Amino acid sequence: MKKIIHILGAALLLLISWQALVLLGGWNEALLPSPARTAAGFNELLADGILVADIQSSLSRFALGYLSSVLLAIALGLILGWYQQIWAFLNPIAQVLRPISPMAWLPFIVLFFGIGEMPALVIIFIAAFFPVLLATVAAVRNISPVYLKVARNFGIRQPAILTKIVLPAVFPSIATGLHLALGTAWVFLVAGEMVGAQSGLGFPHH
Amino acid sequence: MSYIEIHDAVREFPGKDAPFRALDHVNLTIERGEFICLLGPSGCGKSTLLNAVAGFDQLDEGSIRIAGQPVTQPSLKHVTIFQNYGLLPWRTVAKNVELGLESMGMPPAERQQIAEKYLELVGLADFRHRHPAELSGGMQQRVAIARALAVDPDILFMDEPFAALDALTRMKLQDEISSICREQHKTILFVTHDIDESIVLADRVVIMTPNPGRIKTIVRVDLAGRRDRTSPDFLHIRDHIFTEFAMKPADQTEYYI
Repeated sequence: MKKIIHILGAALLLLISWQALVLLGGWNEALLPSPARTAAGFNELLADGILVADIQSSLSRFALGYLSSVLLAIALGLILGWYQQIWAFLNPIAQVLRPISPMAWLPFIVLFFGIGEMPALVIIFIAAFFPVLLATVAAVRNISPVYLKVARNFGIRQPAILTKIVLPAVFPSIATGLHLALGTAWVFLVAGEMVGAQSGLGFPHH
Repeated sequence: MSYIEIHDAVREFPGKDAPFRALDHVNLTIERGEFICLLGPSGCGKSTLLNAVAGFDQLDEGSIRIAGQPVTQPSLKHVTIFQNYGLLPWRTVAKNVELGLESMGMPPAERQQIAEKYLELVGLADFRHRHPAELSGGMQQRVAIARALAVDPDILFMDEPFAALDALTRMKLQDEISSICREQHKTILFVTHDIDESIVLADRVVIMTPNPGRIKTIVRVDLAGRRDRTSPDFLHIRDHIFTEFAMKPADQTEYYI
């Protein structure tokens, strides 16, 4: 209940400052429309179904890119976290690739995948991939050794070690990575759609 | 031939200058059903020895045999109980106790029944649906004991299992584990740095000294039944062990006549 009051209060605050800015600033309506004008425009988009269709295509694109990225990142992260000798060689590569903004890959992406559906998908994929991969690798490395000792002692072998010990032990840390990746990937969704997609939330900006 | 035979055990770990010798030609034999305490300060090799006998670690030289078989890896018949309990926090108390039974391929109904039995033994039947984090340290260690006993092992290895508990809880658990293990006829190898604990529990106290890790002496504890920590016999043995560690100040009383 209190939370709802906070949210309503925040919305009200935003609307009032927006309206005040419009009234005091006196800019051209095309540059900064008032809240009322914006609501009317929103209704228009809603009425002819463009907005709903855009949201739908954005969401399905997002789901596909995010899920495929996350599944691959978790699977790879589990393997590389377990076999640390391999990760020791791949870690420097990951550290070099990770800080590259997904948008910086765009020229390559357009060259390889053309324009249209794929760029947005690939950008979401890249945006979600590294946070989840690194979180998973770190989580597997940080599994308390006593869990693995207990597993050995009680005769638990692969693949049961993976399902009974490793996955539940790493789940909380991976969940943090998934959460982080969700935010980052969403930010890059709209950016990705601004390049050549024929639908989606980023398309009307084009 | 003894049940557990440790012959000329040597274990070294890489150190800064010279390798650190955690075990230096250690020999020890343990009979079936004995309760043995390894007692000594940190760095005396007691945990290293336990890890090797439990099969988690390999010796550099020497051999360890249990019932005539060389130890190469941990076994369901020899269960270790750790200082930090080693419970799986995502499983309930009952599911933790069932852990070892699962790899024995036992049907779920039977597993539940056995878990129930051992949770009752340690007095935690009412907590079966709780998670470990909801229990106190003493209760968590009881769960770990129930989990170990559930697979009906021949040997229990305990690595300072009560070190993280408060003094009163520790004494209570000492009495419990002592009577449980004697009733169930287990062979126990118990690591501790607590002199009183070793006298309460052990048939023989193996006193170890560090740098390098060696067995100094073995003290037999001939106290029948439940041990009274304040009895003269108890204090006599305690006195003896203090002397072994050279921890008794020399008598410097001055006499005036």
